[in-house]
Amino acid sequence: MSGPQWLDDEAGPVVRPYALIRGRTRSSGDTMDVIAMVMATGARPAPSVVLGPEQERILHATRRAVSVADVAADLDLPLGVVRVLLGDLKDQGLISVRQPAPEALPRTSDRILKEVINGLRAL
Amino acid sequence: MDFEPSDEPVALKILIAGGFGVGKTTLVGAVSEIRPLRTEEVLSDRGVGVDDLGGVETKTTTTVAMDFGRITIREGLVVYLFGTPGQERFWFMWDELSYGALGAVVLADTRRLTDCFPSIDYFEQRGTPFIVAVNCFDDAQRYEPEDVRIALDLDQDVPVLNCDARLRSSAKTVLVTLVEHSLKKLSASRY
Repeated sequence: MSGPQWLDDEAGPVVRPYALIRGRTRSSGDTMDVIAMVMATGARPAPSVVLGPEQERILHATRRAVSVADVAADLDLPLGVVRVLLGDLKDQGLISVRQPAPEALPRTSDRILKEVINGLRAL
Repeated sequence: MDFEPSDEPVALKILIAGGFGVGKTTLVGAVSEIRPLRTEEVLSDRGVGVDDLGGVETKTTTTVAMDFGRITIREGLVVYLFGTPGQERFWFMWDELSYGALGAVVLADTRRLTDCFPSIDYFEQRGTPFIVAVNCFDDAQRYEPEDVRIALDLDQDVPVLNCDARLRSSAKTVLVTLVEHSLKKLSASRY
């Protein structure tokens, strides 16, 4: 058998994801849960700030509240890269982030779980 | 705009665990809008022998895709499904995903039952509510859920059911069984 043949996307993106964040792997977005909800604040970036195309896409994708995982899947970027980009946007006041309640389960009321059960049955 | 107390969206996590080829992608796809979600994996020792990392001083990561599904129960109430491989080398993802998770579905294949041992151990140790769903492949022999419970040495209160991950109705039953189990565990922990 011959070696694997990579076609188009399979060979990976032309720009490696970590080039988008200049090789950084740490930011204020590190602690964001995968289902933390993010939403654009609607504020305009400071005149000195030039947003990259990915950041513009994130601001577009977060006009309604969506999860960190949704943003990563929508932009087809790894979670770690998206967290760095989100951290930057948060530091600039362009998005707000709401973490899920700590230890969500004990705080999740019976009412919500019953609603989920009924909602799943109705799918 | 900022989050107002009145429109606090509620997001819940459910994990779909199990070995390779057990039907995680099929199950997530049967009940939700499924998309791949990429995450990073620190290369294991095994990878070092294969990939040339000469001159690379720091930890090297590679990306891993997991199955990611979204079910909108109503505006402001969303359930996210994360299908993650069951091998120990993926536990870095599990630690994050299982934090605050509603519960987990361990998907099992009776031809390779041992594949789900690591997942079961993991959720038992963390106290994450879980159920075992046996994906009934066409060419696999059927077993009664009770036999599977004995083979996996599960506690009596862990629900075990047969399913067909390809069918939406069956996948729905699996998720409903899990949330009902989580609700029961939650209520029990209060008294």
